[in-house]
Amino acid sequence: MAAVQETIEQVKKIDVDQYKYGFETAIESVKAPKGLDESTVRYISARKNEPEWMLEWRLAAFERWKAMVEPTWAKVSYPKIDFQDLYYYSAPKSTEGPKSLDEIDPKLLETYKKLGIPLKEQEILAGVQSSRVAVDAVFDSVSVVTTFKAELKKAGVIFCSISEALREHPELVKKYLGSVVPQSDNFYAALNAAVFSDGSFVYIPPNTRCPMELSTYFRINEKNTGQFERTLIIADKGSYVSYLEGCTAPSRDENQLHAAVVELIAHDDAEIKYSTVQNWYPGDKDGKGGIYNFVTKRGDCRGRNSKISWTQVETGSAITWKYPSCILRGDNSRGEFYSIAVSNGHQQVDSGTKMIHLGKNTSSRIISKGIAAGFSQNTYRGLVSAHRKATGARNFTACDSLLIGDKCGAHTVPYIEAKNSSAHFEHEATTSKISDDMLFYCRQRGLSEEEAVALVVNGFVRDVLQQLPMEFLAETQKLIGISLEGSVG
Amino acid sequence: MLEIKNLHVKLAEEDKEIIKGLSLTVPKGEVHAIMGPNGSGKSTLAYVLAGREDYVVTSGDILWNGESILEMEPDERAAKGVFLAFQYPMEVPGVAGLTFLRTATNSIRKKRGQAELTTPEFMKVVKERASKLNIDVEMLKRPVNVGFSGGEKKRSEILQMAMLEPTLCVLDETDSGLDIDALKIVSEGVNALRSPDRAMLVITHYQRLLDHIVPDRVHVLAHGIIQRSGGKELALELEKSGYAEFQGKAA
Ligand SMILES: Nc1ncnc2c1ncn2[C@@H]1O[C@H](COP(=O)(O)OP(=O)(O)OP(=O)(O)O)[C@@H](O)[C@H]1O
Ligand SMILES: [Mg+2]
Repeated sequence: MAAVQETIEQVKKIDVDQYKYGFETAIESVKAPKGLDESTVRYISARKNEPEWMLEWRLAAFERWKAMVEPTWAKVSYPKIDFQDLYYYSAPKSTEGPKSLDEIDPKLLETYKKLGIPLKEQEILAGVQSSRVAVDAVFDSVSVVTTFKAELKKAGVIFCSISEALREHPELVKKYLGSVVPQSDNFYAALNAAVFSDGSFVYIPPNTRCPMELSTYFRINEKNTGQFERTLIIADKGSYVSYLEGCTAPSRDENQLHAAVVELIAHDDAEIKYSTVQNWYPGDKDGKGGIYNFVTKRGDCRGRNSKISWTQVETGSAITWKYPSCILRGDNSRGEFYSIAVSNGHQQVDSGTKMIHLGKNTSSRIISKGIAAGFSQNTYRGLVSAHRKATGARNFTACDSLLIGDKCGAHTVPYIEAKNSSAHFEHEATTSKISDDMLFYCRQRGLSEEEAVALVVNGFVRDVLQQLPMEFLAETQKLIGISLEGSVG
Repeated sequence: MLEIKNLHVKLAEEDKEIIKGLSLTVPKGEVHAIMGPNGSGKSTLAYVLAGREDYVVTSGDILWNGESILEMEPDERAAKGVFLAFQYPMEVPGVAGLTFLRTATNSIRKKRGQAELTTPEFMKVVKERASKLNIDVEMLKRPVNVGFSGGEKKRSEILQMAMLEPTLCVLDETDSGLDIDALKIVSEGVNALRSPDRAMLVITHYQRLLDHIVPDRVHVLAHGIIQRSGGKELALELEKSGYAEFQGKAA
């Protein structure tokens, strides 16, 4: 099997440090003073020349946040985070002026090149891939460049950083920001609302099929800096968009905080496909360092027949706390959640989804694959609920766990609430294990240990991988292989 | 030629010796049968040949074609031609039989310096060999051994053997679980693999298998050593007398 072979070859190239994105870019930055108070919020807003209403909105969120406490219900444990010991804003000095590809610091271009993300359109066009992908690159707190903007504009698609959207399309931002994830939704969402620095903004006009894949690459570079990006995607009536986000960070001994918010809005007959390949630094083999990933992602199927589909491949982060959800408000709307969560070493993953059925004849589908290796803990936590008026709500959930070795754990915590008697919810769960016996069996048949693990894992995640845009499939398959390197023996 | 020289094996986890100075030679082109009471160490010997880590060789040696295989990893041994048809084949959930077979076949071919089979080539060979063993290709679309009946598992082991083309075949109670017709089909499959450059070691409790796969030599393994060796008539004798004469004959 070619993919298996590729995985193995990729794995072989990596020796001690398995995390190949662990390098740091030496670049001068502009930072907000350490710590968080009202002046930090004002600093960020001023830095971005935001309209007054935006500052008010942030300050309101900050007030709410001060009164909130960190959630503790997830199955993750970590030392208390000192929110005053972080930087809340950091931007590469060179990106302060107007942005065009020629003006970007070559060091940044080099960084993204090393990450395998081409930012020069001509390079993308010269590439072997027949399809093109428009990229928004976010470095620490700011967006450094967005590609293919002109071409997208022709189709009426707006794809830019959220800072730019605030300047160029304030009416759209004002209308939709916080309409899916309110400022005070939860502790991390409130924090994000107060201090978010950048992120991507997408608007697809009515009856438009976005002509290419859109993607954002998030990179945390600075030490002790939290990354708080905010993504807002609006698919107007009858439109379609497929969007992918990727994330990496340097290897550091200290833990770093990432608290993002993503809001999706799908109007009548619109469809949004949102894919994530999360590969933040997971910490070293002893569990030192790594990203704390506390993310709120929610999609609102606001219109009739709308559809939102989340696909996530989570391989990085020391801690993942993330539940991409769908509010199925419009009649006949549909929500999907496809997830592969890989944990190795000392990683802790608590992830899942919420499907909130409000409209009539709404349907949802959840396919979750958790792979736990090493000393990691991997929890699926999900909620499927049907409102009183949600007649004919349907859900299918399948949660499968795969354990590699016997020092890790996999847990499934499904909540189901049906307030409407016509709701039809199905739940399946399985747990399997890659045991020494099974490995011996495979090796007796000539497979190396890595080949055997890759074979079993590829089989396990296949139906979720198929949901990813083609362009990212091979890369993702490799990534999963790499994440599990050293998981046996 | 397989040469096992004064082999001593203990469990890795505890200090229990299971094989206690066993010597055995199987020349290429021959089929040797090993019989012996339950718990005498037959499967242990098979596992040690394949390189399972639960066992430790404390002294002695195993040579295959003049080369010691003791230090080799299980997959290296497989590449050198060692194949074990398991008494209890393991399940490999989520991996379709065809995928498993193709990955294993090509992995071994590559290690042996042979060209890998393309998908159409592989499908042609696998269909042909599966049909000889009366295995429906549909079954090979299911995950390896998951939910297979006892007999299906054993047949699938022999299909794997036919695909991997080993030179040292160790069959651990391949007959158990097979119905009368399947026993015949599987035996024919094994016989088809008999060749001047293959050695086979067939572990069984019953003469009926040896009616089909006629051995060149029969060995009795009890209390961790070979107690007696003879021609194919030894099996018939054991069928009548049982293992009483080896009771208490510890090494
Ligand atoms: N991993 C193990 N842990 C504990 N005891 C073991 C282990 N493996 C083998 N043994 C013991 O070693 C002895 C030999 O076992 P083995 O499976 O080799 O016997 P066998 O000759 O194949 O028996 P059978 O005819 O029943 O298949 C038995 O007493 C068995 O309980
Ligand atoms: Mg046995």
